[in-house]
Amino acid sequence: MTTPLLEIEDLDVDFRLPDGDVAAVKNVSLRIAEGETLALVGESGSGKSVTSTAILRLLPELAHTRGAIRFHGEDLLSVSNRRMRELRGDRIATVFQEPMTSLNPLHRIGDQVAEVLRLHRGLRGKRARTKVIDLLDQVGIPDPARRVKSYPHELSGGQRQRVMIAMALACEPELLIADEPTTALDVTVQAQILALLKELQQRYGMAILFITHDLGIVRHFADRVCVMRQGELLEQGATKEVFATPRHAYTRALIDAEPSGEKAPVPEESPLLLEARDVWVRFTTRRRWFGHDDHFAAVRGIDVTLKRGQTLGIVGESGSGKSTLGRALLRLLESRGDIRFDDSDIAHLDTAAMRPLRKRMQVVFQDPFGSLSPRLTVGEIIGEGLRVHHPELKRADRDTRVQEALEEVALDPAMRRRYPHEFSGGQRQRIAIARALVLKPEFLLLDEPTSALDRSVQATVIDLLRELQRKHDLTYLFISHDLAVVRALADSVLVMKEGRIVEQGTTRELFDHPREPYTRELMRAAFLSDAA
Amino acid sequence: MPMTTDSTPYSGKNLPAGSPNPPDRPVPVAGESLGREAWRRLKQNKAAMASLWLLMAITLACLVGPYLLPWGLAEVDWNAFNVPPTLEGDHYLGTDANGRDLLARTLHGGRVSLSVALVATLVSLVIGVLYGAIAGYLGGRTDNLMMRFVDIMYSLPFMFLVILLMVVFGRNILLIYAAIGAVEWLDMARIVRGQTLALKRREFVEAAHALGVSDRAIVMRHMIPNAIGPVIVYVTLTVPKVILLESFLSFLGLGVQEPLTSWGVLISEGSDMMESAPWMLLVPSVFLALTLFCLNFLGDGLRDALDPRTR
Repeated sequence: MTTPLLEIEDLDVDFRLPDGDVAAVKNVSLRIAEGETLALVGESGSGKSVTSTAILRLLPELAHTRGAIRFHGEDLLSVSNRRMRELRGDRIATVFQEPMTSLNPLHRIGDQVAEVLRLHRGLRGKRARTKVIDLLDQVGIPDPARRVKSYPHELSGGQRQRVMIAMALACEPELLIADEPTTALDVTVQAQILALLKELQQRYGMAILFITHDLGIVRHFADRVCVMRQGELLEQGATKEVFATPRHAYTRALIDAEPSGEKAPVPEESPLLLEARDVWVRFTTRRRWFGHDDHFAAVRGIDVTLKRGQTLGIVGESGSGKSTLGRALLRLLESRGDIRFDDSDIAHLDTAAMRPLRKRMQVVFQDPFGSLSPRLTVGEIIGEGLRVHHPELKRADRDTRVQEALEEVALDPAMRRRYPHEFSGGQRQRIAIARALVLKPEFLLLDEPTSALDRSVQATVIDLLRELQRKHDLTYLFISHDLAVVRALADSVLVMKEGRIVEQGTTRELFDHPREPYTRELMRAAFLSDAA
Repeated sequence: MPMTTDSTPYSGKNLPAGSPNPPDRPVPVAGESLGREAWRRLKQNKAAMASLWLLMAITLACLVGPYLLPWGLAEVDWNAFNVPPTLEGDHYLGTDANGRDLLARTLHGGRVSLSVALVATLVSLVIGVLYGAIAGYLGGRTDNLMMRFVDIMYSLPFMFLVILLMVVFGRNILLIYAAIGAVEWLDMARIVRGQTLALKRREFVEAAHALGVSDRAIVMRHMIPNAIGPVIVYVTLTVPKVILLESFLSFLGLGVQEPLTSWGVLISEGSDMMESAPWMLLVPSVFLALTLFCLNFLGDGLRDALDPRTR
């Protein structure tokens, strides 16, 4: 091999924190050749993003870096700040994860792309503008001549990510660092962005350092792969080989963490638990003093039936109305239509009349960081429902029930006196499940409960949910955009788009023989790893 | 602030000590009630603790000091007009142009200033926090009406309001408290409302709804404690504002009247004499500045101590 484009040798990164040093990256060495795609894979906290940030020397001040990072033989860790600024955005460019926040909301996208050209190429005025339009055209922004004047909020998430890519490509870099560039996007959009990156890579012959936690993407996209865990590089090699014969047990576990199995069907005679007819949810988008308010219908006439013990999966991309539907069924949102729970009409009950039912129908939300109040202890959070529904319980009894609930979700009951921020994402999600379970509900709305978790953690949460369902004969409404998880958990599936049902059926039927083109497109995008 | 030290039912000393920590948790701190833990964290903050002691010392001096001093508030020493601070004579911090002891006057003035600050801040805290949290949480028409009322209060000229109160109820120091309190809660209400609007979209609030928690409990347990950070910062800004507002009113003849005084009044008198008798400006200014410094440090310390995420 000739001199590689980028060579990282014995890289150590320590964070000097007040309570001691934390080693984020330990002794990592890797090389990227010109034009190749190297995937850096690992779960959160594995040090993959720290490694990539170290290349650009963008780590915070309290990080201390040792080792060498050579770009064309030039050690990036020892060059001047000025030289580093020349390299950034010009020879080495970056695309970040969050398309919603990585563009400045106050500047037109054309100006933001042009800034890169002005800094590194000295292009101004008309010539810069022509180049910007050309770039936006290349990344597939429709009508680029008009779009240069748009502000970021006028674009969708996928389009913003395209603009970010255009900025990164502006100076035709030799190395593109893509840090989870598709994680925040819907699956169909994700597939488009990946295809775009691949195409641009061929056109410009640039190398890509692709950071991700999603092995499906890696298998599809990367030439070589590096697996990281807790700051260490465990394994690297050609993608095909690593997937076929993983040398390290952790890599094998990652590959196997893909949710598997399917749910045993419920007996035919199982009674109906939840039944909804023609549910509509409308949001007021603009209130007027006179005349009619403006509305947007997020859910448009949906029927749902759920038998006791059944799991219904609702899939759809963001904005499809799936979460809104779930909240409406639990009467957390005003809706129109009939909703019957255990054979009694609940659509017209007021808050007070709903309260006794609340303990029978509970909910677990997506964001394990946002769904627990940061100022209450875990014990208080779990015990809150008991205060409402069992005010007769003494403090000690309530505490016992809280401990039982924690044990049930496999957490140490002693943890009930800690605060949520002391827990990891997976642990928090278990706390959220315990909060729901402590009331002994019959019906659980699971709103993307595993989406914010790493794959291996996801698998354990799914196992927990399965076990709890068996043990307590729970009925689940499982909302997710992750088809693999839905396939593993649900009896039947409902595909939503723009507030309507596109297709529904039993899980096997739907996954094996999707009828609608939209469903097929979803499947293709979601399981691109299987197709490859 | 009663709502920050949230009464915690089953997190206290009556429970056995926690079992070993989970492996991935580096910080071995057993859970405690927020109030106790906050106090423990506050104690670790040296600046905040020093401020707390100094603040208590100033308050105590203002409360007790006047009884121990040989000079009264309006007592004139016919032998000492415009005497600078001295350790030898009777007047440690000097006298004013009328021969009155400056230390005595400053301590008396401190009573007025500190009590106005305390009362007006408490009023603004209680009314403002509750009002803002309720408006923000309920939202919609209620929010609209409640906040329009705040706007109307804002648009009333403050002086006009005070003069009106004076005319109706006669001159009374309680009126100053009432007038300042009535105006200061408006800002607080706006700040808390803004916080609440952001908080109520958080999932833990929705989870509380799904648990069937009443609106009242959601506001008290979930909204207010989580909005407390900006509230405390704002309180530390309100106190100096209130003290200055009072001196402004007194300057116009609407506040405290001679011989009674306050720090603000003393400072404005002192500033007239700045060139010939600088101590008349310096003495009350140092007291005021120290108090405000302490409040700022203490406020920062409290904000950090009340947030379980900071260690």
